[in-house]
Amino acid sequence: MATQIHAADELSLATTDVAIRCEKLGKIYPSGKVQAVIDLDLTVQGGEIFGLLGPNGAGKTTTVGMLTSLVIPTSGKAIVAGIDVVARPSLVKQLIGVVSQSNNLDRALTVWENLYYHARLFGMSASLARSVSDAALVKFRLTEKAKAEISAISGGMARRLQIARSLLHRPPVLFLDEPTTGLDPQSRIALWEILGQLHGEGQTIMLTTHYMEEADTLCDRLAIMDHGKILAVDTPRGLKSSVGADSIVTVSAPGDLEALAKLLQHRIEGATKSRRVGATVQIDVKGTTGLLPKVISAAEQGGFNITDLSIAEPTLEDVFISFTGKELRD
Amino acid sequence: MPESTVSMAVPRSTGAVSRVAFGALLLRDLAVLRKNLMEFVLRTLIQPFLLVFVFLYVFPQIGQGVGGGSGAESSFATVLVAGVVGLSIMFQGIQAVALPLANEFGFTKEIEDRVLAPLPVEMVAFGKVLAGALQGLIAAAIVFPIAAIVHARGVTAHLTVHWWVLLTLIPLACIMCSSFGLVLGTRIPPRRISAMFGFIVLPITFLGGTYYPWTTLSAVKIGGVSWLQALVCVNPLIYVTEGFRAALTTAPHMPLYVIYLVLVGFCTLFLWIGIQGFKSRVLS
Repeated sequence: MATQIHAADELSLATTDVAIRCEKLGKIYPSGKVQAVIDLDLTVQGGEIFGLLGPNGAGKTTTVGMLTSLVIPTSGKAIVAGIDVVARPSLVKQLIGVVSQSNNLDRALTVWENLYYHARLFGMSASLARSVSDAALVKFRLTEKAKAEISAISGGMARRLQIARSLLHRPPVLFLDEPTTGLDPQSRIALWEILGQLHGEGQTIMLTTHYMEEADTLCDRLAIMDHGKILAVDTPRGLKSSVGADSIVTVSAPGDLEALAKLLQHRIEGATKSRRVGATVQIDVKGTTGLLPKVISAAEQGGFNITDLSIAEPTLEDVFISFTGKELRD
Repeated sequence: MPESTVSMAVPRSTGAVSRVAFGALLLRDLAVLRKNLMEFVLRTLIQPFLLVFVFLYVFPQIGQGVGGGSGAESSFATVLVAGVVGLSIMFQGIQAVALPLANEFGFTKEIEDRVLAPLPVEMVAFGKVLAGALQGLIAAAIVFPIAAIVHARGVTAHLTVHWWVLLTLIPLACIMCSSFGLVLGTRIPPRRISAMFGFIVLPITFLGGTYYPWTTLSAVKIGGVSWLQALVCVNPLIYVTEGFRAALTTAPHMPLYVIYLVLVGFCTLFLWIGIQGFKSRVLS
């Protein structure tokens, strides 16, 4: 994926299969006593969509910050496209595109100018910058808004424009921090389509999200993060199967939920784990035949009156709960 | 996952890339200036125009001339021309650098895309200074004719241009003032930026030698000490206005070598503090 833009100017071509590598990467902010990121080890292959999934404050944004030169690590190494981010930030910045969490588009410029001046920043001539800006507007369906001020476009459009801008210089690695946060459902799905399309073109993408559905739909592999640490790295399927169950039963009932959890794990055949989550009890079960009647009768025999009962396949939410004992959304 | 290799085209030398990116930063700032040209011209003209209008046009006509008779009015006009040009450059530094930065660092983080451009962060900060200095230069050029011309009948500013002083002083003053803007814009929290006008801009304006030559302040004494003359030496504007007094008039002024030395010193100091401040704002 040698860039067309720089093709004539290349001095050398460093080819690597690894797009991103973190080695014992850590960050302690000067103000806080908590470690935002602790000894992170991570490898992302070229062409992958890799997700960092975790709640707010898990250290996802800090990790992306360290990989994009905006956050300076306090320990370890961050290597992007084979280049040490701390040692050679200006070089790394040529090779990455970054879409940050907030709308950081230039309010002093129009939609088209946001693209044009970005292209100029990355060394394109005026005529090339004009043509790539026009092309990006078409690709991201923003042509009608070319002359609009940033304040006059919708959140979904702004996000599309941010992505268009981040890709103008054809960066081998694209970072997206919480790309769909704050978007309406339609814009979110439109954005997923765009990312899927980029993935199809071989674009390496690292994204952070706290939406498990997004991580599940989009990512080839993902890392579950909490409190600055990676708890697990695998494909969404692999993570879900790591729960060790093919059904998750959620039971609501008045009374001592800890006792109910113990009771059900004991009485239900194939129950591997049970736990109290908020005002419900969850049981991981292998084998699903006739499960719900069994749960009801086991609970009733134990003196519990079930008020609600549901069964589902494990989701990434369950994976997160099984690692942390708490829900992802809080 | 499709098979793919991340071919990292390592492009031109980072030095060349940085220079091009730096040029693009200036281009962006100039484009923004061009878009808001009317606003720029008006905000640049309004203060000097009002100053000159009230002091040099209205006052003499209502018999409230500054400093006594009409001869004094003309010499006040001479004083004010240099003061007004210096003041305009100082205001550009604040309006072209400090205020936009407060915005861009604040809620929107608009500066991020430029910080992620392929050049050292220090150069992004310096680009802001240079663009601000350029606006100071344009401001000086449009303010000068007004300051020199808008007067009541009989009031004349006596101007004698010392070209080599003028031509060296203008860029130095412009860079110093926009570096000062960088310091204010990066070191003052965005939500406090309006308080800055009361606590920093007003004292600088009134104690910056706009309305009086620094040399005359020796008359303001407590117990034989010319305290005000000493105190205003911490004000960077005084060196700018005194410099323009040296460049545009034959009136007494602070020694030139002091003006140049201190201006260069302030430049270095403000650039250093400002660039460090910029880095601490955009990097964590």
